[in-house]
Amino acid sequence: MAHTLAQKILQMHTDEEVGDAGQIVRCRTDFVLANDITAPLAIKSFREMGAKDVFDKDKVALVMDHFTPQKDIDSANQVKGTREFARAFNITHYYEGGDAGVEHALLPEQGLVKPGDIVIGADSHTCTYGGLGAFATGMGSTDIAGAMALGETWFKVPPTIRVTFEGVLPEYVGGKDLILRTIGEIGVDGALYKALQFEGSTIDNLSVEGRLSMANMAIEAGAKVGLFASDAKTVEYCKAHKNPNPMLLAADEGATYEREIKFDVSNMEPVVACPHLPENVKPISELEVLPLNQVVIGSCTNGRISDMREAAAILKGRKVAKDVRCIVLPATPTIWKQAMKEGLLEIFMDAGCIVGPATCGPCLGGHMGILGDGERAIATTNRNFRGRMGSLLSEVYLSNPAVAAASAVLGIIGSPKSL
Amino acid sequence: MIYKGKSHKVGDHIDTDAIIPARFLVTTDVKKLGANCMEGLEAGWIKRVSDGDVMVAGRNFGCGSSREHAPVAIVGAGMPVVIAHSFARIFYRNSFNMGLLLLEVGDAVDGISDGDTLEVDTEAGVVRNTTTGTEIPFPPLPPSMQDLLKRGGLIPYIQSRLA
Repeated sequence: MAHTLAQKILQMHTDEEVGDAGQIVRCRTDFVLANDITAPLAIKSFREMGAKDVFDKDKVALVMDHFTPQKDIDSANQVKGTREFARAFNITHYYEGGDAGVEHALLPEQGLVKPGDIVIGADSHTCTYGGLGAFATGMGSTDIAGAMALGETWFKVPPTIRVTFEGVLPEYVGGKDLILRTIGEIGVDGALYKALQFEGSTIDNLSVEGRLSMANMAIEAGAKVGLFASDAKTVEYCKAHKNPNPMLLAADEGATYEREIKFDVSNMEPVVACPHLPENVKPISELEVLPLNQVVIGSCTNGRISDMREAAAILKGRKVAKDVRCIVLPATPTIWKQAMKEGLLEIFMDAGCIVGPATCGPCLGGHMGILGDGERAIATTNRNFRGRMGSLLSEVYLSNPAVAAASAVLGIIGSPKSL
Repeated sequence: MIYKGKSHKVGDHIDTDAIIPARFLVTTDVKKLGANCMEGLEAGWIKRVSDGDVMVAGRNFGCGSSREHAPVAIVGAGMPVVIAHSFARIFYRNSFNMGLLLLEVGDAVDGISDGDTLEVDTEAGVVRNTTTGTEIPFPPLPPSMQDLLKRGGLIPYIQSRLA
């Protein structure tokens, strides 16, 4: 049987024959992760299960990233409990403090996830690793606890929607715009229980970091996974990130797709997701005048080095508008150092940005940039649900880093072309 | 099993940030999470709920973050059942793991109004709306979920695998 990427990777992890969508299969897991919010619940379930040990101490990551540096006593106590668990079970990949970064930027960078893997994480944006050709999906803490104990879990084989992009990306249009446009087209439940598979000449030419940004937001269309083939670009990325022998991987010819969607991107302009759902997508030129209070550049969606470079190229020699706080959070310590070496942090600070630590922080309304009543932000993050970044009376718009940086300078949401 | 309670109706695409905002995710305590259930939808929403009431929602209930705290908060708030047009994937899985019963009934959910009194009869596979005198049949759960429930949820299942 010809397999989609999703079916193909599932098949590599089970002795059962993987067939049509809807089949339940038990699969081995290559890597399992949780963070400072979800690990405490996972540990509680792990103990209730009576598990004596983790399935493999080298294949579990616990990343303290959401409220890091710990924002209050309760969050500090949650990290403390997780640290004690990590030490008790000798977990190799425990990250806290100076080696911690936003989990979905950190794990690919550290070479812990690779093409063909099954990765499950107690974080919905675990689907990010689909950008490398890994079947990666978010689950709850107790499912993660089960996989931490057994090294396996169950999946329902998902039907796949094939999304094809053709054409050369115009200036200031990137992976973020492609995924927002996809979500705008199919809606926030358009891929519920399904796999998204991204293909086409635009994708062939897109950087791996751009693919990671796209896969990251597959969940915002309800998808289980957002998958890309592993090609020469993937192999090059993996080799540069501590993975010397990554596999090439593509869907089989003649695989069955539930639906096919095609986009021509040649005349596309940057898009923005308006409040309060990621599906409320509009081309930047169609927005009214929207004054801003805050800009956030960072997160597991767009906090990588290419995002920092994109934002710095806009902010260089310019100033953030009066009364706008522009918060830049490079997503890992490695990205932070690289941005420093390249002089990007100096550009940000000269422009009047706040450069903060590697943390999820404001993305989920955790800390380090919370919105007050009636405040408005544009962010390179992934969710603009009501109250996501603070007050229920605030608004979040989502965009790529170039648009966010340009908006910081303009003081209203706008395109780099308006500068 | 029969659950009886008043319906509390919410809209489409209610995300897990609305069910339990991130600022409350500094505990794993069921009661503390329950006390802040739906605080991201409306401040003090929980005050309307009595023990045994039923949450009724539109499409894609529980979308967004994978936080298991969301079904835990609903259970902690005293609501044993959620009836919706449809559910988000991670939330669906989490709820069964946490012992929260979910009923996916499609457009039939429109027949339930806020404040209606409901009787959920899991054996008969029907929701009786005693306010309107109507009934909504619901399909049997997928076999894999029935199996999980029969074993008492994921924790006892893993316990038996590890024994």
